[in-house]
Amino acid sequence: MSVTLVRPYLAIFAARFLMMLQYRAAALAGIATQFWFGAIMIMALSAFYASGRGSASITLAEAITYTWLGQAFLGLLPWNVDPEIAVMMRTGNVAYERLRPVDTYFYWFARAMAWRAAATLVRSMPLLIMTSAVFELAGLGDWSLRPPPSFEALALFVLSMVAVVLLSSAITTLLNISVVWTISGQGINVITNSLVIILSGMVIPLPLFPDWAQRALFVQPFAGLVDIPNRIYFANLSGGEALAGIALQIAWTLALMALGHLLMTHTMRRIQVQGG
Amino acid sequence: MGTLRLYGRYAAASIKGQMQYPASFVLLSIGQFLTTIVEFIGIWALFGRFQSLGDWSLGQVALFYGTVNISFALADMISRGFDVFGPQFVKSGDFDRLLLRPRATALQLLGYELRLTRLGRFLQGTLVVGIAMGLLDQSWGLREIALLLFAIAGGVALFLGLVVLQATLAFWTVESLEVANTLTYGGVTAAQYPMEIYSEWLQEFFTFVVPLSCVAYFPIVGILGINDPLGAPAWFLYVSPLFGFVFLGISLMTWRLGERHYTSTGS
Repeated sequence: MSVTLVRPYLAIFAARFLMMLQYRAAALAGIATQFWFGAIMIMALSAFYASGRGSASITLAEAITYTWLGQAFLGLLPWNVDPEIAVMMRTGNVAYERLRPVDTYFYWFARAMAWRAAATLVRSMPLLIMTSAVFELAGLGDWSLRPPPSFEALALFVLSMVAVVLLSSAITTLLNISVVWTISGQGINVITNSLVIILSGMVIPLPLFPDWAQRALFVQPFAGLVDIPNRIYFANLSGGEALAGIALQIAWTLALMALGHLLMTHTMRRIQVQGG
Repeated sequence: MGTLRLYGRYAAASIKGQMQYPASFVLLSIGQFLTTIVEFIGIWALFGRFQSLGDWSLGQVALFYGTVNISFALADMISRGFDVFGPQFVKSGDFDRLLLRPRATALQLLGYELRLTRLGRFLQGTLVVGIAMGLLDQSWGLREIALLLFAIAGGVALFLGLVVLQATLAFWTVESLEVANTLTYGGVTAAQYPMEIYSEWLQEFFTFVVPLSCVAYFPIVGILGINDPLGAPAWFLYVSPLFGFVFLGISLMTWRLGERHYTSTGS
């Protein structure tokens, strides 16, 4: 794709991104909430590990790091429909989307990416700094987000996080397209919400689920949202395994984008616009 | 008209309204059920791997978890008016109309909406209490059932008090402060586990500031008939849910104070 082809999508991304950065108060409330939930989760995990029975493939320190990373990047989770698109459907303004001289799928994809990335950028940094450096200085070292063990792990983690943004945007766009059929988006939110939070590793780290479920948990698409990057970060997945994880993320992204593009073309051809 | 009958009218009107969209009601209730049950699946998986949480068993934790979820679901069901108080009443100036009516504003806000979709969380909590009863080797007599119901009632009062406090803040801030969610939703999450596992400062916070452990942890330790590892005397386990009502009383007093401070946003 040449630069002129990509330019409109970049402009859409930049405009939405800057708009989302305006909601600072909401971000502050979000940070406090995530900090709190992370702290409770960590105390519970510490108590479970301290029971001294049973074994886990990740250590307590790793589970704590996993929890903080999950809370810091919570904003990237594709758990709901873009409310602006739901409004667009209800008011009939979606008709304008047909008039724009851009591919509607990539237009919505760029919107979704800006929406998720901006929300996360504001929230993640304070939480990451707080739980790593500040905790360490405050004598809460046991509870802190540990640094990655090697430069290689960090580099692979960054790569994997880029894949998270793409995967999450692909899922969000699919959810948004589904609103074209259901109008309200409520039903879709209901089902994806619970699936995403448990299968991504937000409820508990996926390696703590039973051993017999591990293989299936690894290959399902939602693992690529939290579990794979977090385990790459502390080198629980390293070398070939880490690359396999990233490959899975990319494969799911491409598959879901292809599906989304197909559905978008199909639905936009026979869309019913709400009047009034 | 008596206060209770008036509330009955409000509730009936609200239910009728929600039943105009049955599909939406069913979907949102299922959603409430699913998004809350995943938390319990997580706890179940952790017990599968580690067998116990300190000295606590899955059945015991399920009782903490289920009880606090039932309490919160009921409080969340009736407190919608306070929950949206900032944007819906203060910002728009609609609170003026409530002040004109010859009834307590708190009652009118309680009657604002009875959110039936919270049945989803309620059913989830009931299911988990059921699981707890199945797992625990415990007889359920009058003493246990009464204490459980007392704990739930105290929990409803406490969570309602929290939402009233959050709404009271809106008299000054106009907007609702979402930070208050850390105490409601965060409180539910915290009370799902036995208080004993938390750091001391958190235990003290949840006993003396927001008495969450008085409506979940202590009465349930009383039901289980074990010695409280935190060292509370046995009689206290039976009266502790009262502090939920005390908390609600203080919240309502603060509410009156805020009401006197209220100046309309006008227009």
